[in-house]
Amino acid sequence: MASGVKPRVKVPKKAAAGDVITIKTLISHKMESGQRKDKDGKVIPRSIINRFVADFNDQNLIDVILEPAISTNPYFKFEAIVPESGEFKFTWYDDDGAVYEAAKKIKVS
Amino acid sequence: MTIKPILVFALVGLTGPAFAQDSSTLNIDGANMVTEIAAPSHMENVDTIYSGWRFRSTETQELELDDFDNPAFVFIDQGIDFWNKVEGSAGKACASCHTNVEDFAGLRATLPRVEGGKLVSMENLINDCRTERMGADAWKWSSSKMTAVTGLVGLQSRGMPMSVAIDGDAAPFWERGKELYYTRVGQLDMSCSNCHEDNYGVMIRADHLSQGQINGFPTYRLKNAKLNSIHARFKGCMKNIRAQPYKEGSAEFQALELYLASRAEGLSIETPSVRN
Repeated sequence: MASGVKPRVKVPKKAAAGDVITIKTLISHKMESGQRKDKDGKVIPRSIINRFVADFNDQNLIDVILEPAISTNPYFKFEAIVPESGEFKFTWYDDDGAVYEAAKKIKVS
Repeated sequence: MTIKPILVFALVGLTGPAFAQDSSTLNIDGANMVTEIAAPSHMENVDTIYSGWRFRSTETQELELDDFDNPAFVFIDQGIDFWNKVEGSAGKACASCHTNVEDFAGLRATLPRVEGGKLVSMENLINDCRTERMGADAWKWSSSKMTAVTGLVGLQSRGMPMSVAIDGDAAPFWERGKELYYTRVGQLDMSCSNCHEDNYGVMIRADHLSQGQINGFPTYRLKNAKLNSIHARFKGCMKNIRAQPYKEGSAEFQALELYLASRAEGLSIETPSVRN
């Protein structure tokens, strides 16, 4: 597992049914591209977050493939319509096999 | 016929803000920040002081409005981890003695200050704790660990007005700092004041000169994507004028830090700010 990885998510706590809400996510990750070399001239192996998924009540919202050109600490901001109360689930997949998760509940009135 | 007036308007809009600070107001998560205030009486050549935030582009300004969008908070989170991490022979962390980092509200505003005849910055206070009370290694002045913790401690004072003591014991240090501020150095033979007092609001090639205020430090800079200490910023300025920079933590930079802090009297602390 890469060091210093921390997912964070911002979702409103409350919304009205049918509202468009803004979701922001950021994961601290060094996103080593695999193109750089160390002091001895050896290639530093690629180590990036390669996929990001957001679900709402087990329904998929967004599924993103990330490539090595994406810079450190990838940030996503997107909008979603919430029909009912429930839970957002966010998952990040690391090259080294680690999976980072975050979840946020929202109350819809 | 309708195109012409629009073009003229656009040109006016483009040239206007480039030659002065803009008029935006800074509100971070519901708290209003003072980014403009009458200059303290010891400043002879400036009437109004402005936070560096006022000189940045709209996109850069927006990053500071929300703590989630502010990239510096990645490092503040790391600072919390360092704060709680036990290190050194005494088996202590910062948090062992200072249970609430919130207790440091107001500290940033009064630093640097004189203690026992010496001028101390926040970096000195942290390293004193590390070497004397924790039995741990001192951190380098601008290391990522140091700036993360100075950022975390500084954040507790966000919104409070800058207010350093410049009389009494501090007077000789302040005089030294003022002398340095107005002394021309380097191959380009420039002083701090040439840019930040005589020409703030003007473009220096692609960069918009600010007054060089230090109320937002440590500051996240887009150019290097990390937190930058005050002294590291001084070094950057000195290299730009082709001068040999003083060392971080040197008596010269500490005196300059005190003098600059006094020039920011009354501006809100924005730690951790976002700049280009």
